[in-house]
Amino acid sequence: MNRATIDLWVGIFVVIGIGALLFLALKVGNLATFSGGETYNVQGRFVNIGGLKVRAPIKSAGVVVGRVADIRFDNETYEALVSMNLDQHYQFPRDSTAKILTSGILGEQYIGLEAGGDGVMLKNGDRVRLTQSAVVLENLISQFLFNKAAEGKDEKK
Amino acid sequence: MSLAQIREHARGRLERLGNAVTSHVWRLGFASRFLFYTMLHSGTALRRFRLTVAEIYFAGVLSLIIIMVSGLFVGMVLALQGYDTLQRFGASESLGVLVALSLVRELGPVVAGLLFASRAGSAITAEIGLMKATEQISAMEMMAVDPIARVVAPRFWGGVISMPLLAALFSALGIFGGYLVGVQLIGVDAGAFWSQMQAAVDLRNDILNGVIKSVVFGVAVTWIAVFEGYDAVPTAEGVSRATTRTVVTSSLAILALDFVLTALMFTGGKSA
Amino acid sequence: MVQIQNVAFGYDAARPVLRDVSLSIARGSVVGIMGQSGCGKTTLLRIIAAQYLPGSGTARVLGEATSELDRDALYRMRRRMGMLFQFGALFTDMSVYENVAFPLREHTALPEDLIHDLVMLKLEAVGLRGAAQLMPAELSGGMARRVALARSIALDPRLILYDEPFTGLDPISFGVIVRLIRELNDSLGATSIIVTHDVQEALGVVDYVYFMAAGRVIAEGTPDEIRASREPFVRQFVNGELDGPVPFHYPAPDYAAELELAGG
Repeated sequence: MNRATIDLWVGIFVVIGIGALLFLALKVGNLATFSGGETYNVQGRFVNIGGLKVRAPIKSAGVVVGRVADIRFDNETYEALVSMNLDQHYQFPRDSTAKILTSGILGEQYIGLEAGGDGVMLKNGDRVRLTQSAVVLENLISQFLFNKAAEGKDEKK
Repeated sequence: MSLAQIREHARGRLERLGNAVTSHVWRLGFASRFLFYTMLHSGTALRRFRLTVAEIYFAGVLSLIIIMVSGLFVGMVLALQGYDTLQRFGASESLGVLVALSLVRELGPVVAGLLFASRAGSAITAEIGLMKATEQISAMEMMAVDPIARVVAPRFWGGVISMPLLAALFSALGIFGGYLVGVQLIGVDAGAFWSQMQAAVDLRNDILNGVIKSVVFGVAVTWIAVFEGYDAVPTAEGVSRATTRTVVTSSLAILALDFVLTALMFTGGKSA
Repeated sequence: MVQIQNVAFGYDAARPVLRDVSLSIARGSVVGIMGQSGCGKTTLLRIIAAQYLPGSGTARVLGEATSELDRDALYRMRRRMGMLFQFGALFTDMSVYENVAFPLREHTALPEDLIHDLVMLKLEAVGLRGAAQLMPAELSGGMARRVALARSIALDPRLILYDEPFTGLDPISFGVIVRLIRELNDSLGATSIIVTHDVQEALGVVDYVYFMAAGRVIAEGTPDEIRASREPFVRQFVNGELDGPVPFHYPAPDYAAELELAGG
């Protein structure tokens, strides 16, 4: 096994190894949507973010238009402060609504952005006024039980 | 047996256990110093890169066949088993996600690491051990050439460089195998297969972590292989025992490290 | 060139291999160190080569005490020494040419054509220039040892150490090695130390002999003096007698008693 052959095979090995890494990065992972380009930042306050996580998608009409950048707790208003990075290409009116939705019944939570009708668009640093918090299962159940109990009392009357 | 005899017996056992533990701890310290020394004296291996390239050939290129074929088969089996379970929940379109995440996060680094340990690790141990047994190491020392710089370091770096590439190849071929079985054979929709996969596999959290794992495994396996070879008793039996120890210790190390790394990376560490 | 004074050594403290050994080796001479297997002669050679440090006493080699050397000084000293290992210890993954060129490549910055000439020179001296492209696995024992000899003199050492150079050789290779040892020593102006138990042949090539037993030097002298020696151990060794100070029988209980026990 002379040197030239060894060098050749090692070269081939390294090339296909790096090729495999690139394949994984581009075709398998979400590199394509990773660095989507320029983004602008808007904030939103939610009473309850449920299971929303950082880097969760922000979708409008079902299309991914941005990602959740940061989630923090506001100690003065006792609400969650969500920082969102929206793709520069998409502009939304100032009175758009941000809702926390679930994909499927038990899936991951994401932010759904519904466009409003205002002529002025959201700029970098603006706040989305209209928000809707996540549906918390426990609250739903206790609400249901409360309603059931109220119904029962009405009937007795 | 009298009470005194039982006590003696027990004490003898405990003593031997204690000795075994201390000798293992001592050996670990010795091995750590060896690793440190190897890395410190890697100048030759990096300056005369030809030596390291030859070792990448022996450790990496010669493992290609087994890694690639195993990767292909593992991917195919994942698709078969995965489909069987997923379609019960109507989630058969997530097959791509299942195959890709299993491979990239776990099976790629771990199985490729185990195969690397048994193929390349044992070869490295046997080679260094035999060089020691036939006095080639002594001859090198007598010729004022540091055998660790000349023999051990190139093999160490050859293994460390080869391992991540092999793990990536394993995962890539596994996903391809999963595609072959899932889409071509079973009939899962190709578009759903790839698009769901791309949506679910994250570059940073999944792929990068998988690469980090394979690097850590590469260091561990190659370190164990070169140390056992260098420390082998210079007889035929000694070399054979050292080779066995390499494979066993490397495999256990991979599995233990996998647990630690997974716990760090995929649960507590990062959110989302 | 080499001075050993009151050296004691043991691989582990409980079993000393060398006890109070003193000898000195003059420049330009060929000296033999002989004795039974296990008498400590190979260990002594390793101490001279500074692979081990003496437990007590001093070993002075090429003008320096081995215990005072740091790693760089040790490697510098070793570049002026050559050592021939018992079975050659050639690097099995390199050709004969590469093996002999190894010390030149590692320690000098000579251009390739000069290295080529030097390698051919050394191989010619041992008569194996035609075997330059063979691999060690293709060589016979005698040839392998000659190649190893060529390798050990590649840097023109001042001191050459031979560890059992005659073991397992056929008569022709034997004669070749014996002649080479003497020729190389004289032509290089070097000093040679041979550790062996091939008494008759070694006595024909050395200038001086040290006899060791049980970790001590028990006799020394020129070959003629040794042959004429009255010392019982030397006589037994030189003449190959069956019984003498070194008993034929390994210590065992009484023979008759053992037979009686077995036979009943």
